[in-house]
Amino acid sequence: MGLFDRLKTRLGRTRSALADGISGLFRGGREMDAALLGELEELLYNADLGSVASEVVEDLSRKHKRGELNGEADTRDALRASLLARLPEVWGEIEFTHTPTVILVVGVNGSGKTTSIAKLAHRFHSQGKHVLVGACDTYRAAAAEQLEIWAARSEVEIVRKDEGADPASVAFESLETALVLGHDVVILDTAGRLHTQTNLMDELRKIQRVVSRKIEGAPHEVWLVLDGTNGQNAVQQARLFTEAVDVTGLIVSKLDGTARGGAIFGIEREVGLPVRYIGTGEAMELLEVFEPQAFVDAILAEA
Amino acid sequence: MFETLTKRLSGAFGAFRGQRELTEENIEDGLRAVRTALLEADVQFQLARDFTARVKERALGAGIVKGVDPSQQFVHAVHAELVEMMGPEDAKIRFASQPPTVLLLAGLQGAGKTTTCAKLAKRMRERGGRKPLMVAADIKRPAAVEQLRVLGRKLDIPVFHQEGLTAPEVCAAGVAAARAQGCDLVLLDTAGRLHVDDELMAEVADIARLTKPHETVLVVDSMTGQDAVRSAQAFHERLELTGVILTKLDGDARGGAAVSLKAVTGRPILFIGTGEKLDDLDAFHPERMAGRILGMGDVVGLVEEAQDKISEQDAEAAYQKMVLGSFTLEDMLAQIRMFRKLGPMKKVLGMMPGMGGMMDKIDVDDRQMNRLEALFTSMTPKERLHPEVLDMSRRRRIARGSGQDVGAMNDLLKSFKGMKQMMKQMNKLGLGAKLGSKAKKDALRGMSADGELAPDVGGGGMLSGLFGGGGGGGLPGGGAPEGLEGMLGQRGAPRPMGSSSTRKQQKKKKKDKKKSRKGRRK
Ligand SMILES: Nc1nc2c(ncn2[C@@H]2O[C@H](COP(=O)(O)OP(=O)(O)OP(=O)(O)O)[C@@H](O)[C@H]2O)c(=O)[nH]1
Ligand SMILES: Nc1nc2c(ncn2[C@@H]2O[C@H](COP(=O)(O)OP(=O)(O)OP(=O)(O)O)[C@@H](O)[C@H]2O)c(=O)[nH]1
Ligand SMILES: [Mg+2]
Ligand SMILES: [Mg+2]
Repeated sequence: MGLFDRLKTRLGRTRSALADGISGLFRGGREMDAALLGELEELLYNADLGSVASEVVEDLSRKHKRGELNGEADTRDALRASLLARLPEVWGEIEFTHTPTVILVVGVNGSGKTTSIAKLAHRFHSQGKHVLVGACDTYRAAAAEQLEIWAARSEVEIVRKDEGADPASVAFESLETALVLGHDVVILDTAGRLHTQTNLMDELRKIQRVVSRKIEGAPHEVWLVLDGTNGQNAVQQARLFTEAVDVTGLIVSKLDGTARGGAIFGIEREVGLPVRYIGTGEAMELLEVFEPQAFVDAILAEA
Repeated sequence: MFETLTKRLSGAFGAFRGQRELTEENIEDGLRAVRTALLEADVQFQLARDFTARVKERALGAGIVKGVDPSQQFVHAVHAELVEMMGPEDAKIRFASQPPTVLLLAGLQGAGKTTTCAKLAKRMRERGGRKPLMVAADIKRPAAVEQLRVLGRKLDIPVFHQEGLTAPEVCAAGVAAARAQGCDLVLLDTAGRLHVDDELMAEVADIARLTKPHETVLVVDSMTGQDAVRSAQAFHERLELTGVILTKLDGDARGGAAVSLKAVTGRPILFIGTGEKLDDLDAFHPERMAGRILGMGDVVGLVEEAQDKISEQDAEAAYQKMVLGSFTLEDMLAQIRMFRKLGPMKKVLGMMPGMGGMMDKIDVDDRQMNRLEALFTSMTPKERLHPEVLDMSRRRRIARGSGQDVGAMNDLLKSFKGMKQMMKQMNKLGLGAKLGSKAKKDALRGMSADGELAPDVGGGGMLSGLFGGGGGGGLPGGGAPEGLEGMLGQRGAPRPMGSSSTRKQQKKKKKDKKKSRKGRRK
């Protein structure tokens, strides 16, 4: 199965409200007009695009005035183009140019960090890489146990300490272990934190500092995991995490529901971060490489 | 991007100025501002539209009220309508006449069910005198059972789980175990599930069928976007919810989901989660939530927070100093530290009246407060006790010692003088003798004893004295607070010496980085 089809089946298990809505708009041979554009704007808002929705509709409105939009097919094409233009130019999987490549994973509480790490570990391991995960969430109850179970399932190694240990020290030990045992990838899980909590953002900086002192240039990637059901607050998350730790990419989780992660359009406009992967379920296989085309098609696809 | 309504309205209300009443025409700008604020707060689109229509009716229907300018009238209508939509306040768990009471927690993945389960158990034991038992019924997510067990151990509250059973069976067995152990409250922590996952939705419906919960509570992440409506609808259809709990409100989520949830389920929002700690569960107050959604600050919340976290003795001691006129820099430092106990600066300031709109301008965060504290700690004890000795050369030394420029030090002294001045006035009013200790605490914060803003001390009171001598009231009709030009005011917060990386530079850095990554594009 091709990537697009996989994405489409995963995302398309539930038809997006947007796709349904667009078909509905043109029912009964309705003509394109201002009222219809208004309804389209509403659909886009309902997909969490926020004020990007208005910009997209302005695009379409301009095209309509030039007489370029005749009917549903034109509108879908124009919509697809406008949405595509608003997705990151940089995306997809990274190349591993360092040994070990150190990836720090951050995000707000419950966004899907630990599960995404399990998926990444599984993915990289399946690609033949020697993977180590570090349980730097020493705060939440049973966070390390959770990662430990995932590590066992995906057959990768883990460095963990007891609850309450210094997260930076877990990071340090993970790198030390990786250097000795020759791991190719180290993925560090961190405790969930809200981007407004300055002291916890400082803690992340400390982890980053310790990591870079141990291995120059590390962490090579800092990935922010966003809950795909989040609305406009996601933009604030992207902004403040990036200010604190130089985020290099996004993972958008939980796209298997009816939410479609529309907030990433706002993030692209306000912050501009590459999207790397999307999560489409709780099992460790359910991670897809992000691809703008497939993403937009999955949003707009008819069942 | 997150402009507060307050800020927007001040623009929109240009239209109202000099006009005696609200009209069909002049209200439109205001309505647009409200709609945008609601959408940014993630209130569902259709609801936002219906809402503005109702506000319009209400505001126009109110007629001319003497002495109230149209903008105030408008804001009042907006606020009242929103409160009505989310209310009534009803943070009550209904307990069964025949114990045990069964409370089922359900929701999407990662919403905060397990944490909330432990918070509720703790609260019900402490405030309701209940004997709770928690049932770990998430047999799917790795270490979910262990997570609840750890929390149970911390709280010394029993956790029930049995291997080899399905989730509904675990729950049924849990209720039986509670009965056997004489526990009168059973909390069922279920696995996270998507509302479109038929299998799992059937499972949770099964749990409800087997355990007949008295309360069925949907736990929702306050950062949720427009999807809140769809998911709540689905859960409500399957489970007949009796209430909702909104989590993670300790961040800057505006929480428009509250409006959607109430509209869809018609059920009360029972509690809100305001942190990861097991005490961070608060009653839901529609007025505060309305203020938050609209970006108008949360006065009442600040008062409550302060009452919880500042000890009587600290407040009393600080108060004595002020009233006796022996206020020194040492005391000011003590006050700053007291203030900081309330929580992270952003949170505290966000709760202060009228600060909503000022937040981006003053941009105070804890690191800036650290720098402020650094100025104090760079002084000698003698300097702190006798501020009058602080000549230019001493100021320069202190600034250097804390890595800042001397302007920061001058700002600090200006604020100190302002605070002293304010205390003199309070003294003249003879407030000291009249107030009881709670009232003194309130006065410290600039609130009168009944939680209103104390007009005598200029609204902002001693605490906002730290920010330059007292702000004004909160609502946009009254304009933004005037007196914020103090040390954290227009000058900006204390700056480090040679502060290097400006926002623009950072942005450029990012652009460069982005460019260099283009190579990776497929
Ligand atoms: N449906 C679905 N659920 C997911 C996905 N990713 C994660 N989850 C679930 O979301 C919940 C939270 O995931 P975690 O990985 O524990 O989140 P976290 O960010 O590590 O949480 P904290 O460490 O507590 O901040 C779990 O129940 C996961 O199974 C996804 O792509 N789809
Ligand atoms: N800041 C903050 N974090 C919270 C709050 N409530 C829960 N959390 C955190 O959110 C994350 C997820 O909470 P859980 O209680 O594990 O959520 P859950 O719904 O049980 O998750 P699953 O069982 O995986 O579906 C954890 O990191 C919690 O510490 C809150 O009110 N504020
Ligand atoms: Mg985690
Ligand atoms: Mg849970």
